Amino acid sequence: MIEPLLSLDGLTKSYGAVVACNGAGLQIAPGEAHAVIGPNGAGKTTLIGMVAGELRPDSGWIKFAGRDITRLPVQDRPALGLARSFQITSVFPRFSALDNVALAVQAQAGGNFGSWRDARQDADLRAPALACLERVGLGARAEIPARVLAHGEQRQLELAMVLASKPRLVLLDEPTAGMGREDSARMVALLAGLRGEVAMLLVEHDMDAVFALAERISVMLGGRVIATGTPAEIRADVQVRRAYLGEDGAEPC
Amino acid sequence: MSVPPYRAVLFAGLAFALALPLLAGVLGLDYAVGIATRILILALAGIGLNLILGFGGMVSFGHAAFFGLGAYTVAILSHHDMTGEAFATWPFEIGGTVAAILAWPLAMAVCALAALVIGAISLRTGGLSFIMITLAFAQMLFFFFVSLETYGGDDGLSLLARSSAGPLDLHDPAQFYFLVLAIVLLALAVTARWSRARFGLALQGIRDNERRMRALGFATTRTKLAAFVISGAIVGLAGALMANHTEFVSPSFLSWQRSGEILAIVVLGGLGTVFGPVVGAVVFFVLEEVLSQWTQHWMIVFGPLLVLAVLFAKQGLWGLAAQKLARHD
Repeated sequence: MIEPLLSLDGLTKSYGAVVACNGAGLQIAPGEAHAVIGPNGAGKTTLIGMVAGELRPDSGWIKFAGRDITRLPVQDRPALGLARSFQITSVFPRFSALDNVALAVQAQAGGNFGSWRDARQDADLRAPALACLERVGLGARAEIPARVLAHGEQRQLELAMVLASKPRLVLLDEPTAGMGREDSARMVALLAGLRGEVAMLLVEHDMDAVFALAERISVMLGGRVIATGTPAEIRADVQVRRAYLGEDGAEPC
Repeated sequence: MSVPPYRAVLFAGLAFALALPLLAGVLGLDYAVGIATRILILALAGIGLNLILGFGGMVSFGHAAFFGLGAYTVAILSHHDMTGEAFATWPFEIGGTVAAILAWPLAMAVCALAALVIGAISLRTGGLSFIMITLAFAQMLFFFFVSLETYGGDDGLSLLARSSAGPLDLHDPAQFYFLVLAIVLLALAVTARWSRARFGLALQGIRDNERRMRALGFATTRTKLAAFVISGAIVGLAGALMANHTEFVSPSFLSWQRSGEILAIVVLGGLGTVFGPVVGAVVFFVLEEVLSQWTQHWMIVFGPLLVLAVLFAKQGLWGLAAQKLARHD
């Protein structure tokens, strides 16, 4: 197998007596779209939080592009090519859509100190930002304040900000959360367009989206990864069916 | 070509500020120049605080510390110049001075250094803890100067003279006024410029969503600390000017009431607006004058007024005015 881009090994995180992640591990190849599924409380969001660097694992390793980043601070991870989107839409409401993406470009470009130029007139920031907006279909909405955008558009904006940091791996925490059918389909199509170009680690409850997007799927239960495989393998896995996919009429989450 | 109302108001304000000493002379209201100088100095302190409070979302309740430190730096150097004793003899001799060109930048440097230390510690926290820690540092410095008997302690320290500034005679009220006005205009220009530059946008992003900024890869703490240091230096310069204006410094320069006054000026004028602190300083001073003639406890009236301003004008009086003016564009 080719060198994995991301590999997680034995990740454990507990909050007091509650063990949210209990020795979770998985590997993602460059360009691979990888989904993590599991019932509520399985530890998916905790797992993403640790990869993003917002949570510090109690034990275990996170290796990204051959480098141990287990304890690397959050703000140092995007420079390596690791970007995340948020489950709760997390754009800057007072800024325009273009300003939002330009901030993401600026984060990578640096030069926060010492520049006296009007950053809104700076083609080095604006041009790449506009390209990212157009890619997610928001090119015509560039000057609209982010708070005025519809929910689905804000999620698209969120994705544009992630793309602006030129990531090698994107962490997507429920990219279709709270979306209607139409918006949801558009988001899935957008993400499908990124396959092969950037690797994705996707946490998602919408099984249609997961099976449409993911090349490989890991199933979490009780803080562990109980199975990893292609969508077909996961569908066929007896253990998974019993535990999670709602065999015998149980409600899928 | 018609001038947009927003610009027109700014130009009118500038014209008034420039003509004020002449007007005061004609009308025989010479004391007005001194009052205007005082208002401008308070506005400068507001501009300094607005940098972190309005643009950075950091509520410092201890910025009087920098105001006082800047004032004391000028006063202590002037004191040593008068007595002829060196301020320090080790590791090298530092004598006193009354030269503005030396004393004022030094006041800013002292405040920048103090802000670096206070900021590095305070910025490890946020919200209410940040307010309390900045207050605590200011109180520590307040009592330090109270107990500093060499420089007057509780009684404060008088300056024999204002700073000397080359060809300018700072004892001439109009000349001192114009120098302060020039400094305030420069500070406004710098604020207008950098609030749109990369640094300013990063700071406003941190104010609105720090977690997101970190996720984007911004070193948020470093950015906030840089703003805190610049803010402290500007407020320190305001303190240095005030020491010259009153020719007297005392621990009251560092009191928490003074910190509150600067906060009130910024909030009243307009958080995160370039010209808000100037409007805030003018309104604050007028209210103080009018209300304190009526009662010594003028804060009883001022307090509710401030609450109303905050409730009904989120970006202060200037924000409200700018909005109204923009509608007529």
